[in-house]
Amino acid sequence: MSNGTERSLFARFAGLRELGIFIFLIAVVVIISIRSPVFLTLDNIHDIGLDAAILAIVAVGEMMVILTGGIDISVGSGIGLSGMIVALIIMNQWSIPPIVAVFMGTAIGGVLGMINGVLVVKAKIPPIITTLGTMSIYRGATFIVNYTVNKGKWVAADRFAPAFRTFTRDTFFLVPNLILITIIIYIIFYYFLNHTVTGRKIYAVGSNPDGARFAGINVDKIMFLPYLLTGMLVGTGGVLWVSRYTSAQTDAAQGFEFMVITAVVIGGVKVTGGSGSIIGILLGSILIGVINNALNLVRVSPFWKLAINGFIILMAVIVDKYIQQSVNKRLLERRKL
Amino acid sequence: MRRSNQQLKTSSFVVQWEFILLLIFILFNFIMSFTHSNYLRISNLFDTTFIFSEKALVALIMTFIIITGNIDISVASMMGLSSVVLATLFRAGMNIWLASLVGLGVGTFCGFLNGFIITRVRLPALIITLANFSFYRGIAYVILGDEAVSGFPESFLYLGRGYIGNSPVPFILVFFIVLAVIAGIVLHRTKFGRTVYAIGWNENTCYASGIPVDRIKLLLFTLSGFMAGVAAVFITSRIGNTRPNIATGFELEIITIVILGGVMITGGVGKMWGVFLSIFLIGTIRYGLGLHNIPGQYMLIVTGSLLIISILMNNLIVSYVEQRYLKAMAALEQGEDLPVEPAVEKGGGT
Amino acid sequence: MKKTLLLILACVLLISFSAFAGGGRAKKEEITIAMIVKNIGNPFFDVVRKGWDEAVAELGVNDVWRGPEQPTPEGQIEIFESLIAQGVDGITYVGNDPQALVGVAQKAMDAGIMVNGWESGIVPDSRHISVEPVSAQTIGADQVKILAEQIDYKGQIAILSAAATMANQNTWIEYMKEELEKPEYKDMELVAIVYGDDVREKSYNEALGLFKSFPNLRGIISPTTVGIAATGRAITDEGMIDKVELTGLGLPSEMYEYVMNGASKVFGLWNPKDLGYLNAYVTYRLVTGEITGQPGEKFEAGRLGSYTIEPQEGVDNGLVYMGSLFRFDKNNVGEFKDEL
Repeated sequence: MSNGTERSLFARFAGLRELGIFIFLIAVVVIISIRSPVFLTLDNIHDIGLDAAILAIVAVGEMMVILTGGIDISVGSGIGLSGMIVALIIMNQWSIPPIVAVFMGTAIGGVLGMINGVLVVKAKIPPIITTLGTMSIYRGATFIVNYTVNKGKWVAADRFAPAFRTFTRDTFFLVPNLILITIIIYIIFYYFLNHTVTGRKIYAVGSNPDGARFAGINVDKIMFLPYLLTGMLVGTGGVLWVSRYTSAQTDAAQGFEFMVITAVVIGGVKVTGGSGSIIGILLGSILIGVINNALNLVRVSPFWKLAINGFIILMAVIVDKYIQQSVNKRLLERRKL
Repeated sequence: MRRSNQQLKTSSFVVQWEFILLLIFILFNFIMSFTHSNYLRISNLFDTTFIFSEKALVALIMTFIIITGNIDISVASMMGLSSVVLATLFRAGMNIWLASLVGLGVGTFCGFLNGFIITRVRLPALIITLANFSFYRGIAYVILGDEAVSGFPESFLYLGRGYIGNSPVPFILVFFIVLAVIAGIVLHRTKFGRTVYAIGWNENTCYASGIPVDRIKLLLFTLSGFMAGVAAVFITSRIGNTRPNIATGFELEIITIVILGGVMITGGVGKMWGVFLSIFLIGTIRYGLGLHNIPGQYMLIVTGSLLIISILMNNLIVSYVEQRYLKAMAALEQGEDLPVEPAVEKGGGT
Repeated sequence: MKKTLLLILACVLLISFSAFAGGGRAKKEEITIAMIVKNIGNPFFDVVRKGWDEAVAELGVNDVWRGPEQPTPEGQIEIFESLIAQGVDGITYVGNDPQALVGVAQKAMDAGIMVNGWESGIVPDSRHISVEPVSAQTIGADQVKILAEQIDYKGQIAILSAAATMANQNTWIEYMKEELEKPEYKDMELVAIVYGDDVREKSYNEALGLFKSFPNLRGIISPTTVGIAATGRAITDEGMIDKVELTGLGLPSEMYEYVMNGASKVFGLWNPKDLGYLNAYVTYRLVTGEITGQPGEKFEAGRLGSYTIEPQEGVDNGLVYMGSLFRFDKNNVGEFKDEL
C-alpha cells in the first residue's frame, strides 16, 4: 500500500503515541453520552474544561520532571501552600487585580520548586525522597501560615475582591480565563519542548543521562529546570484553585499529586523518563476530567464511584498498552525491508 | 533500569546509612528521657508499638518490592478491602477465623492481580498500583458503604490488643519481630534475597541470565497482598471496628518508613535492619513529640525534614569519605606513606 | 557483627536511662484536661477552641488541645494513647468514628481518666458522659423544616453530606428521613444522597453533578460546614440562586456571601464557641468528682448557667444538651461572620 519513503495517512496517525488514549477517550465519551443526554451539552463541556484545567496545567510541569527521570509528589501541597499565601496577601485588599495575584502565585510557587530542584540537584537527594519530604513540609507550612496570619480560619469568599472571585469563569472573548490560561501555557510549553534546544535537552537527559553528559549537556542545569518550572506552574495552579473555589483552605489539593501522575502516565509519558508528549498529557487530563464529571452525572450509587474511577484508569492504561503493541506490530509489518 | 554513575556512588553509603539512623535513634531517646518524666515508662514504650505494628508488617514486604525497583501504592487499600470482607462475612454469621482466612485470601488475590497485570501486560508498578489504590478501596465502599462492623469476639480482639501473658509486651510486637527476623534472613542470607537485589540492580541483565524475573515479581506482589491481609486482621482486631476507610493513608507512611530505612527507590540497595531501625525511629519520634503535645502540623514538618536531612547528612559523609579515599590513593601513587588507612568499602555487605 | 554489638549497646543504654527517668507517675497538683477534635485545620474547631480556652482560663487548669492531621479514627486513637501515656486527668473527644474509639476510650477510663464524649452518644460504653450540642433528632428534623419552608413543601431535594463513614452525619440523615415521612412533606421527594467528604473541590463537583442529574431539583440540605459553603459556591456559579434552595449547618464566616446573594437564605448551627466552653466545664466537673455522669445530677457551667444531666435511653450514664439549633439569615449573619 505504501512505498518505502512515503507514509500513508493511517501510518502517520497510527504512529501517534497518543492513539491509544485518544481512542479510549472517544469510547468513554460515546458510552457516557448514551447514558446521560446532559453530557455533551455546551454547559457541561464548559464545566469539564474548568475542572480539568488546573490538572492540565500542573501536569505539564510533572511531565517535564518525569521526562528527566525524576518525580514530584509535592505538587498538591505546593498548590495548597502557594494558594494560601497569596490568599492571605490579597485578603481584604480589593485593589489588587486578579492577574497580579496569579503572577504572585507563580513567583511563590517558583520558590517552592527551586527548593525541590536544589535538593535534588545540588544535595543529590533522590527526587522521590525530596518531594516526599517537601510534600509534608509544605503541607505543614500551609497550616502554620494559616494559623499565624488568620488564626485558623479559612479565607472565605467574601474576603476576596469580586473580580478575583469570578476570575476563572469570566470570559475573554467568549473563552473563560482559566481555559485561556491553560491554552497559553500549553502553546508555550509545546513550543519549548519540541522546538527549543533546551526542551530537547530535557528529553535527552531523561533517556540517557550519561550520554547527555558526554555530549556536553549541562545535566545539572537541565535536571534543575523542570522542578523550577513545575513550581511555577504549581503556584499558578494554586492561585487559580483558590479563585475557582473562592476559598483558601489548609487541606486544599490534598492527594492531588496522585491525579496529576495518573494524568501524566495515562498520557503516555514513560515513568523511567525520556519519552512522552505534551499532547498526550493534555488528553490524559481531559480523560480524567471527563471521568470525574461523568461519575457525578450518571446516577450511580455514590459508593460505586471510587471503584469505577479506579477501574477506568486501569482499563485506560491496559487498553492503551495493547493498542500500542498492535499498532507497532502492524507498522513493523508494513515496512518494506 | 539504566544506572548512571551518580547512582553507583550512592551504593557505597549503605555502610554508613544505618549507623546514622542508629545515632539519631539513641540521641533522640537520650534527649527525650530527660525532658519528660513519663517517656521511659516501659508500659508506655511498649504500648506505643501498637500504633505502628501493622504498618511495620507491611513495610517488611515493601522492602523487598522497592529493592527490586518497584513499588506498591495499593497496600493500604488492600488492607481496607481485606478488613471489610472479613468483617462483612463475620457479621453475616461466618465464624470469625474462617472470615479472617477469607479476608486474607482476598488480600492475597488483590496482590496477585497487581503482580499479574504488571508482569503480563508489562506496565509500570507505579501506575497499576496507583489505579488499584482507588479500585480496591472503591470495592470496599461498595461492600460496606456507610456502615460499620464491630462486636468481634474476645479471642479475635486479643490478636491486635493482647499482651503476652502478664508482661507489658504486646503479642503483635512479638509476631512482628519474628517475621522481621525471617524477612531479614531471607533477604540477606538466601539465594532468593540475592536475586531480589540483582533484579533491582539491572533487570534486563537478569532476564538475559535466565532468572525468572516475572515469577519473582509476581510472587512479591502476591505476598504484598498477603501481608496486607495479615495487617488487616491485626488492625481490625486492635480497633475492634471497621469501615471502608480503615487504614487510609497508610501507604505513604509505609513507603516513608522503608525509604528512611535506607532502601533506594531506584532499587538494588537497602538493608532489612535499616528498615527495622526506621520503624522504631519514626515510632519513637511520634511518641516523644506526642508526649509533648506537639501539634500535628509540626509533626508533618518533622517527618518531612527527617527524610531530607538524613540523606543530606549521608551524602555529606559519603563525599567526605570519598575525598579522603581519593587523597590516599593519590598519595599512594606518588609513593608516599599513606596518611591513614582508607577504611571505606564500596558496594557494602554485612 | 560490629553492628549487632552496637544494637545491643543501644538497648542497654536505653534501659539504663529508665533509672534516671523516674519510674512512676509524677505527683501533680494541677488538673489537666484534654480535647481531641476531628482534625486540625478545620475552622469549626478553631471557634470551639475559643470557648474552650475561655473556660480553661476561668477554671485555672492546664489543657491540651490535639487533633489528627487527617480526620481519621486511627489518628485519634494515636492521640488517645499519647494522652493516656501522659496521664492527663480528663479527656473530651469528638469522634471521627465513635465506635472505633470504644477500645481506646475504655483503656483511658480503666487508667482512671474521666472521659467526656462529645457527639458520641451513640456509643455509651466509651465515656462517662456525653455532650450533644442539640439532640440529633432536632438537628435532622430542623434542617428539613427550614428547607421545606423555603420550597413551599414541594419538590425534589438532595442531601450533600460529608463522608459516608461519619457516624454523626449518618445519624442526622436517618432523622431527616424520619422527618420526611411525616404527612406535611408528602410532596417532597429525597432523590439523592451524595458525599463530598468534607473536601471543598469534591463537594463542589458533587453539587454540580446534582444540578445536572436532577434538573428539577428544588433544594439541598448540607449538614456540614464544608459542604454547604461549597454548594453555595456551586449554586452561585451556575446561576441557580432561587432555583435551588440551600440550607444546612454552616459557619457564618464562610456563608456570609451566600446568605447575602440569596444562595442560602437560612442556615443553622449551634454556637461552637459555647460548645467548647461547655465541654471544658463538663470535663472539669467530672474530674473533680462534682458529677459522675448520672442523669439527674446538676452542675454549673460558668456563664452558660446551670445544667441538668438528661437520661439517655438504654444506658446508665447521661447526656447534656446545650441548646437548640440557631438560625442564621440575612439579618444576623453579619454580626457573627467575624467571630464564627
